[in-house]
Amino acid sequence: MTIDTTPGLEPASPAHASGSVFTSKSRVGAFFEAWPPLVLIALFWIGLIAVVVVGAKWIAPYDFMALDLRARLIPPVFMGGSWLHPLGTDELGRDVLSRLIVSIRISMVIAFLSTLIAAIVGVSLGFLAAYFRGRVEQVILMLIDAQAAMPFMIIALAVLAFLGSSLFLFTVLMGFYGWERIARISRGLAISANERGYATAVRDLGATPFRIYSRHILPNIASTLIVSLTLNFPEVILLESGLSFLGLGVQPPMTSLGNMVGYGRDYIQSAPWIMLAPSAAIVVTTLSISILGDWMRDKFDPTLD
Amino acid sequence: MSALLQVKDLKRHYEVHIPEGLFGRKASLKAVDGVSFAIEKGRTLGLVGESGCGKSTTAKLVLGLIPATAGTVEFAGTRVTARHDAQWRAMRRRMQMIYQDPLGALDRRLPVITQIAEPFEIHHPEMPAAERTERSALLMESVGLRPDMAMRYPHELSGGQRQRVVIARALALDPDLLVCDEPVSALDVSIQAQVLNLLDDLRERTGFAALFISHDLKVVRQMSDQVAVMYLGRIVESGLPEEVFRHPQHPYTKALVSAIPTPARRGKRERIVLEGDPPSPVDVPSGCSFHTRCPIAQASCRTVAPQLIESGGHAVACHLVNAGAAPAVQAAE
Amino acid sequence: MVQYLLMKIFRALVTVTLIVSAAFVVLRLSGDPAIIILGPEAPPEAFEAFRRNWGLDQPIWVQYFKYFAAVFQGDLGNSMRDGRSALVVVGERIPLTLAITLPALFIKLAIGLPAGVMAALYRNTWVDRLIMMLSVAGFTVPSFVLGLVLAMIFAVWLGWLPSGGSDTWAHAVLPTVTMGLVGAAVIARFTRSAMLEVLGQPYIRTASAKGLLWRDVVRSHALPNAAIPTLTIIGFLVGSLVAGAVVVESVFSWPGVGRLLVNAVANRDLAVVQVILLLVGLTMVGANLAVDILYGIVDPRLRIKRLQAGS
Ligand SMILES: Nc1ncnc2c1ncn2[C@@H]1O[C@H](COP(=O)(O)OP(=O)(O)OP(=O)(O)O)[C@@H](O)[C@H]1O
Ligand code: SF4
Ligand SMILES: [Mg+2]
Repeated sequence: MTIDTTPGLEPASPAHASGSVFTSKSRVGAFFEAWPPLVLIALFWIGLIAVVVVGAKWIAPYDFMALDLRARLIPPVFMGGSWLHPLGTDELGRDVLSRLIVSIRISMVIAFLSTLIAAIVGVSLGFLAAYFRGRVEQVILMLIDAQAAMPFMIIALAVLAFLGSSLFLFTVLMGFYGWERIARISRGLAISANERGYATAVRDLGATPFRIYSRHILPNIASTLIVSLTLNFPEVILLESGLSFLGLGVQPPMTSLGNMVGYGRDYIQSAPWIMLAPSAAIVVTTLSISILGDWMRDKFDPTLD
Repeated sequence: MSALLQVKDLKRHYEVHIPEGLFGRKASLKAVDGVSFAIEKGRTLGLVGESGCGKSTTAKLVLGLIPATAGTVEFAGTRVTARHDAQWRAMRRRMQMIYQDPLGALDRRLPVITQIAEPFEIHHPEMPAAERTERSALLMESVGLRPDMAMRYPHELSGGQRQRVVIARALALDPDLLVCDEPVSALDVSIQAQVLNLLDDLRERTGFAALFISHDLKVVRQMSDQVAVMYLGRIVESGLPEEVFRHPQHPYTKALVSAIPTPARRGKRERIVLEGDPPSPVDVPSGCSFHTRCPIAQASCRTVAPQLIESGGHAVACHLVNAGAAPAVQAAE
Repeated sequence: MVQYLLMKIFRALVTVTLIVSAAFVVLRLSGDPAIIILGPEAPPEAFEAFRRNWGLDQPIWVQYFKYFAAVFQGDLGNSMRDGRSALVVVGERIPLTLAITLPALFIKLAIGLPAGVMAALYRNTWVDRLIMMLSVAGFTVPSFVLGLVLAMIFAVWLGWLPSGGSDTWAHAVLPTVTMGLVGAAVIARFTRSAMLEVLGQPYIRTASAKGLLWRDVVRSHALPNAAIPTLTIIGFLVGSLVAGAVVVESVFSWPGVGRLLVNAVANRDLAVVQVILLLVGLTMVGANLAVDILYGIVDPRLRIKRLQAGS
């Protein structure tokens, strides 16, 4: 992406066009070239979310389950409410901001753990396929195709129906989202790494396959994997919030972003903020991570799709 | 005393697909087609030949990196197989390889000292980290790398320095056999001599045996105690370097030797120019595989394959030489 | 070509087998199939008959084959809710789902295809940026949020449309539009990259270098070739109509298969879930197969050949 230089900022006279002015301006330009403003905003938001996730306990002004029946359906501060409840309260007088903070924490932790599981499953299967080739590879590729052919939403719903929902099971289930893409990428990368000399050379030193894959191939393909995991992350957030919205994911009294929206939809008329606050959190967060992921992909790995 | 490395009638055929006609056809590419040689402990065998004659394939077969189609490799009395099991891995301690492309052989994400220490980690996991580091530093020193290069990454070194890293890593465990597949051909001419001298020194100091592969006769001559000349997957001549290069018997070796531009020899000997390219190893000519380019080929060369026949430590696979002309020459020496 | 088709059909069959097997495995994992299929309140003689019928006393692989046989005979058990055949319960809802998903598919294509083509043709201009920004938004705004926001605007504030139910055609508008917009983003992004890929091909540059009008090059060479990868994603969307409807139907209380599925999952009405699972699997496999067959018909290599022969 190129940053246009505004003509109005051109040096007015040759005297002003001294080296220092020119370089300082192009340095700013170079900075924004390297870090587009959108990416900076996205990074800022992700940082904020990270702080919220880590410090939810201390940041949340109220207990997220605390009822206050005298303070029911108070609007947020910018809709005529007060600073006591910056984002208002819900039907039971629970503080929306506190609930939002806790929800963000739970949604993010689930998304993070799930992506981690997807990474482990995907990388392991991808490496197994690359290592064994032949029949093992065929079976893994078939699994990948089958998974890719079935909308994950349906699979998730079926599993939830058959096995019931618990936070643990739900997280593991979300962890199966996207494994097939990661497996496919890892397999391809590992096969091409194997064809490169360094993997063969280490094998010829007498290294075990485990060592070759974990010490040499994995670090060499890590940047590409991290980019694709970053792109997987927002999709897991969307899936999790969708299922929780339907009441099939995170169960009350626990709360997640999707739960909050699902609860808030009943007050869409009387107290739309209950639903809008978590909705905005979902959208801005997924958008930020997508922007970051796209940017990283363009920057580090133009081959990945 | 049996040799350290004993190679018998080694063959490696690749199945290849030839785009021909409607569906193409399958054919067998004879990369290595019946090679036998032996290397004594601490000795170096030089292997020369044109590009594509099967040198690298021979190297990989010797180390058991790829399975042989036929024939055997015995290392210190043990069969070398290409099944990459624990025994195979343990054997790596005693046989190592140096590659043509040192950058490709190194992991670009690890500092070179870590890579030099890797053989210790693999084969002596019990070795304390301090000792590992110390021995790696010693290795670096012995291959002429400065201590400040230890934490550099492969791309931060020159080609010659990288090859030194590869050499240090290969020698970490004091192997008995080192296979060097064109170790200097990717390097700048000015650095080639340095690396060769280093290898020579190290060999003198540690006493490893070597299979030294190159298409450069001068290099092979400098490095080897014995040489073998390969053509289309077979050895056509072998013997002591002085013998083979000063008095080449096989027409192919003669052509190779005559192509070396040496001031001393200029004018003395006609340069023999081989006609055409080497034939494809898929359609190896019948009889003597060299007959399509041999300047003195006879009718029988086309039908009967010559055997590699030794006389006085100098072996040649050519009907004409073995028919009697050669012994006369040798007798005169 | 015949070999190609047979291969594809074979793969489709393998996938169907996998799906049915997966259903079998999960079913076994989740407890006594008799209780699951018949419901806990079924009379004991029904249990008896069921066990004998499905041979639950037999080895697991025999059960496995019997399960297959039952599935292919449409013997999929009864809904726990009202005891009717699960197949019938699901079947009734299919028309309602199609009533919103088919128009939504039309919207997806009507917006997504031209937007993607425009973005590619005007690459790196504001047109491209705007379209891509909207497309990214379509990717990151969950459909339930979009649905609720649309409901808030058009139902709550403006009062133009109902926010839930299925009594009149007006009830179908919001769910259809919601699904259409989200899908359009997917199609636009895909079409754009397919188009860009094709526009970068040598034969396109050759054609335009030969002095053909750019418009004609785009119309007769670029578009047909870009259509081929785009087919895949359309196939996926057709196959996942039900999946896409799950959330949106729930947002707007539209009583289609998607909402049925959510309710069935909540009530653990496993027979119904199983039928929907198989239904989705079969449509998915069918759509993929259709795309593969279309692929065979509009083989890109044939097109390129024709292009070269014609010029
Ligand atoms: N994996 C393979 N599959 C098919 N053919 C191969 C394979 N590896 C090598 N060959 C063929 O075997 C023959 C010998 O190859 P090899 O690499 O041993 O030659 P070389 O003597 O080392 O040549 P160079 O001096 O160019 O390195 C060549 O014709 C090559 O094309
Ligand atoms: S055998 Fe015949 S063809 Fe072969 S090298 Fe000798 S003379 Fe030439
Ligand atoms: Mg070679």
